[in-house]
Amino acid sequence: MEIKKGVAVSPGISIGKCLVIDAEDYRIPRRLIEPSQRLTETQRVRNVFKDAIEELTKLQAEQEEIEGQKMKDIFAVHLSYLRDRTLRKKITDMITAESVTAEFAVSKTLRDIASHFAKVKDTYISERAADIYDIEHRLLRNLVGGKRQDIAALKEEAIVVARELSPTQTASFNKEYIKGIATGAGGRTSHTAIVARSLGIPAVVAVEDITESVNAGDTVIIDGNRGIVIVNPDDSTIQQYLEYAVEYTELEHRLDTIREKPAETRDGVRVTLFGNIEFPDEAQGVLQKGGEGIGLYRTEFLYLNRDTEPTEQEHYEAYSKTVAVFKSRPVVLRTVDLGADKYTQSRRYAREPNPFLGLRSIRYCLQNLTMFKTQLHAIMRASVLGDLRIMFPLITNLQELMQAKMVLGDVMEDLDEEGIPYNRKIKVGIMIETPAAALTASMLAKDVEFFSIGTNDLTQYTLAVDRGNELVSTLYSSVDPAVIRLIRTVIQDAHKGRVEVSVCGEMASEPESVMLLLGLGIRKLSIAAPMIPEIKQIIRSVTVEECNKVARKVLGMNSERQISSFLRDAARKILPEAF
Amino acid sequence: MRPAMQFVDTASKFQSSVNVSKDDTSVDGKSIMQMSMLAATCGTRLKIKAEGADAAEAVEALRELVEVKKFGEPTPEEKSRQAK
Repeated sequence: MEIKKGVAVSPGISIGKCLVIDAEDYRIPRRLIEPSQRLTETQRVRNVFKDAIEELTKLQAEQEEIEGQKMKDIFAVHLSYLRDRTLRKKITDMITAESVTAEFAVSKTLRDIASHFAKVKDTYISERAADIYDIEHRLLRNLVGGKRQDIAALKEEAIVVARELSPTQTASFNKEYIKGIATGAGGRTSHTAIVARSLGIPAVVAVEDITESVNAGDTVIIDGNRGIVIVNPDDSTIQQYLEYAVEYTELEHRLDTIREKPAETRDGVRVTLFGNIEFPDEAQGVLQKGGEGIGLYRTEFLYLNRDTEPTEQEHYEAYSKTVAVFKSRPVVLRTVDLGADKYTQSRRYAREPNPFLGLRSIRYCLQNLTMFKTQLHAIMRASVLGDLRIMFPLITNLQELMQAKMVLGDVMEDLDEEGIPYNRKIKVGIMIETPAAALTASMLAKDVEFFSIGTNDLTQYTLAVDRGNELVSTLYSSVDPAVIRLIRTVIQDAHKGRVEVSVCGEMASEPESVMLLLGLGIRKLSIAAPMIPEIKQIIRSVTVEECNKVARKVLGMNSERQISSFLRDAARKILPEAF
Repeated sequence: MRPAMQFVDTASKFQSSVNVSKDDTSVDGKSIMQMSMLAATCGTRLKIKAEGADAAEAVEALRELVEVKKFGEPTPEEKSRQAK
């Protein structure tokens, strides 16, 4: 039995057999195979070399014009390696001699070569180690590729263990079979976390060396409440967890009973609770948990689990399906937020040196007007079906907002010409998720009907911390004094400018932050569906007076640690079961 | 890595087996993996041995690539001269 600690990102308990997804950048555990399996594994090696050669030849042809001779040369060297019979033989010999998997043999052989290079004194040669790692990645990606597709087609219950999951992989998860998730990388706001939470799958991320600690088929317990993963638990631990799981389900049921009750503080102040979704299928779940609308529909997920870009009709169908669930209640569509860690089909290979500061989100849309207009056209067409609202992400200045609105105006004109009806008075708002937008909120307020504070990106950009990088993720905190001050500014400016303001980041679904947000003046939260009952319970247990006091105290504190422990204590008094 | 690739490409044009040795390590001259792992930096002394029907031509072509064409790349001295 091995107990490993990580970050709890999606609540719940699950016990099951694990499925290990081998990803790119790590050591593949040495797994022994049956002698009879050797032939299959050596054949897999041959196939993967063939696939990689094909892939690279294609890539080389594409690159030629863009990057010129240099890239072509690099790929030529890689190709030459892939065609090297002695390399392939070395790998297949290893499988035969040591009865290891194809993944292990490929990884071990290439890593040995790479470290041989790395040791050479000549820097030109030692730097070539990177080329060998690249070849290794390509081969592993292809080897594992087949298995990745299997995840979508998984037909039995499993707990997924991986180094890291891409948004594309999580998007293809089937909730019926995937009972829990544990990853080595990631933080509370990683996409794995967001998707797991919205699907209600217990998940723990940032578990060190998790992929090396398990073998496929091991029994694993995921404790998504306390951030613990237990590998091969003993019987008494399993028993203990089974009881705990029952208790937790009871708490959930108790919370479910407040579904019909309003999210109202003890002193009668009404708070609106919306749900965040990625797919239209999740809309029903929001309604069931008591959500009063959709505050954040992450429409870019329409791009992520497929090979081709969605058509206007596909956009339209997704949106109309969602609106149909909520009828006249609000559904806020965030226009595609691609780039950085989420890519479109055509841009998968065009990586940027600093993607989070690069061509992402609204910037990407404004440079790809055809794609942007396709989406806006579909949104406007669906706008007559209910209360659809448009929200532009990652605005950093007024000009971007005006440009985006102008494109929307163009689309409306097109619709007029086509004689297609749409809601002329559609509400338009923006995400406040950059320090620039937060600081100029008073100016931006004049041209929008609502603000939604995206605390994930706002925190990342304010504190200059990559939320997915486990080396610095401890510095990432939405209750850092700097972030709280920006949030307060936005709320004050929104009130002065008479625009609606809500919070849609993960912060809104952290029980310990709710009192603070209410105290700062927030009356509208948009959160993952499974969190709605718990957050409602907190709202129903407090008074605005108490919240104001909490906010005042927090604003007087000067360290993140002090603030987070103060908030945790305050929340624990209200809903002890949740902690 | 490009010189190693050129060497392997040239060696592979011949039927003869090509063997390259540096100090007491000797490798298959038609394998990029083995050739590049020799880590033969500029100025390294290599011994090229070929066996087979076109052995003489193979050795001559490889000698020319290394000594005459110099892989079509400027030597470090030439490079520093260009930089000035």
